[in-house]
Amino acid sequence: MNRELKRVSTVVLIMFLALFLSSTVIQVVSADTLRGDARNARSLYASYSAERGAILIGGTPIAQSRPTTDEYRFQRTYTNGPLYAPVTGYFTLGQGNTGIEGALNNYLSGTSNQQFFDQVNAILTGQNPKGAAVSLTIDPVVQQAAWDALGDHSGAVIAIRPKTGEIIAMVSKATFDPNLLAVHDSQKVIDTYDTLLADPSGPLFNRTMSGDFDPPGSTFKLVVTAAALESGKYTPDSQFPNPPELQLPQSNAIITNSGRDTCGGTATVSIADALRLSCNIPFAQIGLAVGGRAILQQAEKFGFNRTVDVPMTSTESVYPRGLDDPQTMLAAFGQSSVRASPLQMAMVSMAIANSGVLMQPTLVQSVIAPDLTIIKKLQPTIFSQAISQQTATTMTQMMINNVSNGAASNARIDSVSVAGKTGTAENGVGEPYSLWFTGFAPANDPQVAIAVVVQNGGGIGQNGTGNMLAAPIAKKVLEAVLFR
Amino acid sequence: MPNSASRTLGTPVEAGVRSPLTTSIRLKLRVPARLRNLELALVLLAIAINIAAISLVQLGAIGHLEFTAIGLDALLGVLIVALHVTLRVVAPDADPLILPIITLLNGLGIAMIYRLDLADKSYGWGSAGIRQILWTAIAVGIAIAVVIVVRNHRVLQRYRFVAMFVGIVLLLLPMLPIVGSAKNGARLWVDIGPFSFQPGELAKVALAIFFAGYLVTARDSLSMVGRRILGMRFPRARDLGPILVVFASSMLVLVFQHDLGVALLYFGLFLVMLYVATGRGSWVVLGLSMLVVGGAIASQVLSYVNGRFATWLNPFDPKIYDEQGGSYQLVQGLFGFANGGLLGTGLGRGRPDITPLANSDYIIAALGEELGLIGIFAILGLYLLFVSRGFRIAFAGQDDFGRLLGVGLSFAIALQVFVVVGGVTRVIPLTGLTTPFLAAGGSSLVANWIIAALLLRLSDTVRNQPRLIVEAAPDVGAGMVVR
Repeated sequence: MNRELKRVSTVVLIMFLALFLSSTVIQVVSADTLRGDARNARSLYASYSAERGAILIGGTPIAQSRPTTDEYRFQRTYTNGPLYAPVTGYFTLGQGNTGIEGALNNYLSGTSNQQFFDQVNAILTGQNPKGAAVSLTIDPVVQQAAWDALGDHSGAVIAIRPKTGEIIAMVSKATFDPNLLAVHDSQKVIDTYDTLLADPSGPLFNRTMSGDFDPPGSTFKLVVTAAALESGKYTPDSQFPNPPELQLPQSNAIITNSGRDTCGGTATVSIADALRLSCNIPFAQIGLAVGGRAILQQAEKFGFNRTVDVPMTSTESVYPRGLDDPQTMLAAFGQSSVRASPLQMAMVSMAIANSGVLMQPTLVQSVIAPDLTIIKKLQPTIFSQAISQQTATTMTQMMINNVSNGAASNARIDSVSVAGKTGTAENGVGEPYSLWFTGFAPANDPQVAIAVVVQNGGGIGQNGTGNMLAAPIAKKVLEAVLFR
Repeated sequence: MPNSASRTLGTPVEAGVRSPLTTSIRLKLRVPARLRNLELALVLLAIAINIAAISLVQLGAIGHLEFTAIGLDALLGVLIVALHVTLRVVAPDADPLILPIITLLNGLGIAMIYRLDLADKSYGWGSAGIRQILWTAIAVGIAIAVVIVVRNHRVLQRYRFVAMFVGIVLLLLPMLPIVGSAKNGARLWVDIGPFSFQPGELAKVALAIFFAGYLVTARDSLSMVGRRILGMRFPRARDLGPILVVFASSMLVLVFQHDLGVALLYFGLFLVMLYVATGRGSWVVLGLSMLVVGGAIASQVLSYVNGRFATWLNPFDPKIYDEQGGSYQLVQGLFGFANGGLLGTGLGRGRPDITPLANSDYIIAALGEELGLIGIFAILGLYLLFVSRGFRIAFAGQDDFGRLLGVGLSFAIALQVFVVVGGVTRVIPLTGLTTPFLAAGGSSLVANWIIAALLLRLSDTVRNQPRLIVEAAPDVGAGMVVR
């Protein structure tokens, strides 16, 4: 009988080993996957019942959790909600999170792996678990200046420090108040969300980096110029024919310069002058000469056709592959199917401003645990070597001329040399223009790179230009940075 | 039973009747260790842990202490100490670990059931937690009665056919028209007035007694006599008959009652006891292949069995997840486990109430959420220890009936834990079974406390055998045992 008993004991032991193993697999090995499952309501409740970390700007919270008496224990509140909505995003009751609230949810809710020992400590001491605070790179003065400068226009402003990638202003209009989506009533949240989503002004989109983008118009000439100079075949003085109008190959379409005339009145025109005066016909020819493939490669070095995590993930800006000749010519001045976000155009300026080295844009200065230890700190990283230092120097000079003596005159600031480029993008027959400015200042020691887009023609249809509406906004923001 | 004088003798005693021989035989009587004091210390520790658990639950879930529940739990502790005192009198050599282990498991179960009541805002005498305390009190009372009434387990062997009859009647009760009732698709309950009872749990004890009693008397003819077919010896029909009748009727009833878990439990119990009694491995092979074939057929024919397999294999499939009777509960249980992680959320601080039936079938997931993997390991460790104490009886016992009963009862607990915890953690398809001592439910508590009482009684008789070791016995055969 003992032999049988021993065997049965072994079977019992194996059964229990299976249980030890299965519970270990569930609770340790695949726990993260299970916690991340969208159907897991516990993660949601946990993220509420933990005191979610604050989102800070310069030490002041713009989003924080305050104790309440209801079952969720804490209410998320946003200070200056509409102003910072593109940055913070919203934090809802099971209807998804966006912005920093979504991208850094693990840190804010205290469930990131780096906070493991804090969780242990909270359990052992019986304290409420707390999330980490996230300190942002946003400069409240610049943010407010950008908000004021954009006024009632639909559009976006983004300002980034080119040497580190710190985003110091991120404004998008129309916007919304994230407090409305933080209420503890799912039906109310859904109703508010549906209303905001149906709003034709698109308040839920962070126009600086996501949603449907505008064609970049003439600001894209910076990319084409960079491609031309980087090819080694062209210099700023390379000459191109200068007709008042040009018929595109394989097509009846005729393109003109914005002044419906030649570019500066000479028989031929240099790349430098074409950029300074922002002429379309020379650039259509430059684009064709440089070639779609070279422009594509240059555009991708600047960040086109890929997402950027700031840490929210951006929508890709697009320079299409395989364009035919007429499309390449149109794309060379930022029309055709080229689309760019303000973030993308600011990245073009950042690279030029930083000797060709494009830094990774980011909003996160540091992540601070409840005991004030720094979990994560901004380490500036290189996004790409977009252009050579020599090309950067050359293009900086060209962009300075564009502001001081060219098409971007409204961005001039007394006593500071500003580098910039405007754009006035067409959106189709009869459609209002999208008005652009991108640039940086001071040109000799760049502190800030900027991109501004004003949508819907700034309310005046096809009568506005980038220089008229976008450049003055950029000027005010640059001044706020330089003279704060 | 030895008389009381021989038990207290520590010095070599004389044994036997004829005086000239006895002088040459020097026997040592092993005096039982003072086990009861150890048991008391451990029981008090377990009660302290249980009261601490209830208090932590209150602090975690409602933020303050509430003394009704704590008081009742303490009273329950008093009753368990009463069982301990009873053991001092009627079974002084019983195993000292069994009572502390089940006290702790039972108490953790009460704490968790009470915690789920708090989450559902269910208070007062009708709430599941308070009912569980009362049922535990009844179960402990019955256990006391069992250890007092059953002074010698061999008596049970005599009533093996009574046990068989009782077992079958208990299994059939829920099928009766008026009193039988179905819950959650399984017809397992008997309703008498306000009381609802699951007689199948008690049938488990009765059938274990029957199997043990019958197999002890019939095992020789079962293993020796019979015809050899295909290299395997099959016993005569009249030897196997009673077992087959019991087994087949329990299987039929259970298939009709839609309870796969209990069917699996009886099947496993039957197979293991048959194997231990006869030592025939070929029957285990035969039984397991029957189980596989039966399972395969059932999964094709019976839709609810088929559903269990589907949810087991693909619980995260959105279609199965959303289906009525699909994997929602299983997946929510897994989420609960994951929410607990290594250390658990702490008692009263998780959300185990999200999982349906969290206080019965899924109590292990609730405990896993709030006590973490560490807690699950501790609980599984307690079960393993409990089962090993039962197996110890089987190894050390002197009579085959007691050994068989010991292995049967403790294996029933082990298998029940495996089926329910394995079902919840996806080792095997999910079947409805209560987690012994933890889950809410009076019938299960009563049955398992009776099992514990029987194991205590068995262990007492095992240790109580005064083992006389023959030091020098030139005229007598070695290894003589004196009663």
